[in-house]
Amino acid sequence: MTEAETTLVALQQALEERFLDSVEFRDQLTAVLQPEAVVEACQFLKRRDFDLLIALTAADHWPEEPRFEMVYQLFSVKLNALIGLSVSLEGDEPKVPSIESVYPSANWHEREVFDMFGIDFPGHSDLRRILMPHDWEGHPLRKNYPLGYEEVQFSFNFDDIDRRKKYAKD
Amino acid sequence: MLEGQMEVTVDELRGLVSERAIQGETMLLNMGPQHPSTHGVLRLILELDGETIVNLVPDIGFLHTGIEKNMEAMTYEKALVMTDRMDYLNNLGSNLCYCLAVEKLVELDVPPRAQVVRVLLTELTRIASHLLWLGTHALDLAAMSVFLYTWREREILMDIFEMCSGQRMMTSYFRPGGLWRDIPQGFEGAVKQFLELFPERIREYESLLTENPIYIERTKGIGVISTEEALEIGLTGPILRATGLPFDMRKAQPYSSYEQFDFEVPIATNGDTYDRYIVRMEEMRQSLNIVRQALDRLPEGPFRSNNRKFVPPPRSELGHSMEAVIHHFKLWTEGFLAPKGAVYVPVESPRGVLGCYLVGDGGPKPRRVHFHAPSFANLQALPMLSRGHLVADVIAIISSLDPILGDSDR
Repeated sequence: MTEAETTLVALQQALEERFLDSVEFRDQLTAVLQPEAVVEACQFLKRRDFDLLIALTAADHWPEEPRFEMVYQLFSVKLNALIGLSVSLEGDEPKVPSIESVYPSANWHEREVFDMFGIDFPGHSDLRRILMPHDWEGHPLRKNYPLGYEEVQFSFNFDDIDRRKKYAKD
Repeated sequence: MLEGQMEVTVDELRGLVSERAIQGETMLLNMGPQHPSTHGVLRLILELDGETIVNLVPDIGFLHTGIEKNMEAMTYEKALVMTDRMDYLNNLGSNLCYCLAVEKLVELDVPPRAQVVRVLLTELTRIASHLLWLGTHALDLAAMSVFLYTWREREILMDIFEMCSGQRMMTSYFRPGGLWRDIPQGFEGAVKQFLELFPERIREYESLLTENPIYIERTKGIGVISTEEALEIGLTGPILRATGLPFDMRKAQPYSSYEQFDFEVPIATNGDTYDRYIVRMEEMRQSLNIVRQALDRLPEGPFRSNNRKFVPPPRSELGHSMEAVIHHFKLWTEGFLAPKGAVYVPVESPRGVLGCYLVGDGGPKPRRVHFHAPSFANLQALPMLSRGHLVADVIAIISSLDPILGDSDR
């Protein structure tokens, strides 16, 4: 068993039913957790030497539900292992606890996710926009946010594009 | 009184700067975004007590171009050009990171020749990036001649990149499955010439800085950080290695045949601006070493995968093979389909860990592409490194972080 696998088994035992699933895809391990278990999972992993947060981001699966997915990639320099955490969030105004208290470097990454996706992070010390201007409306990386140019509609992708072209129809 | 003088309201600053600044006891100074020492469009709000930094608030996003959003609207191969425009000093490194992610997602093999050429060119890019860093870093600290020398050598590397890809910076030379085309005639000669020339040139730069009392005075003990603090705040790359931790993704999780190369991970112990300089200079030597090995063992064979479902056929086949025409048409109109799933690929860029998080949804376009940018992560440490130093030291600290705003803002 690799270090990442052993750690995930231990994490599952610690979180019990809040640990939903573990996924292996292309040799990478990801633990699927309940949103409220994120902070505890991070504390657990940090105690086990996963000391470097090397990605914190989200993905929008609109129009599917649950719509948003938060992704954390934690790396252990000592064990040379990478573990992913994934959390599904429902609805258009999702919330997930901030992990800034565990990994201070999450500060800017969570601000970026808030800016780009409009995901709220209760417990964050300074949740402001970071990349877009502070008076910007909307969250650009949401799938129903327009691209900024007219997409050409062909018969094969007509409906797909039509769904997110709300401005052209008004 | 304070409110009328400022463009932002006091409320917006509350929480960012100390209560003393709101009272008018300390001074708020705006630096950037159009300031030559901020290495691009980085804006800082400095809170000063005399000349001492009480606090510093970085403001980024002036170079945000929506690269991740745009990539979602393109097919996998077409989205590649966006990666050049991200970190404009590490174009080939970003190309590599994205290609590795796509290849991992669709399980595409890369022939050995392409892998070695990728390593070779990525290392030359690392040298070019460090050269630009060294030049501008020295320029910020008033050592003008270093800048002129490093620019001279960088030009040789730019010529090599142009030779391969037709472009100095926006290369798009690595493609999913291999390279755009094989390395051109005269490439090996040009690289060999550079290999002969460059070790002497590194010594030349070092003779200008390493024992220069002005340089030492301005960099030793400036912006010190320990290994634990660096990991906490997410610093990677030469800055982390300057604290004494030999962590390098090329060694830790080798990719693109790095495991076959023999090289050292240079470290230093003090974690200050001077040590970051020492680490980067030594890294250039190691990169040179890797380039030399790559050139010696450059395998013969195809330069891109023969898997026609992902890699377009060569131009010559289009004239006589119907199948080639179909593949060509399919790949350049619809693109290839990637399975449902997510991969994360970290690589070592000249600035630290660059990661590509790629989500496929079964279609020809990525559902989500995210780049974990080293400049973004490293800039976050700027307030922590600068507090208690003088304004002039902030200049040294910014350049020691080597931020590329195209990389951090994407």
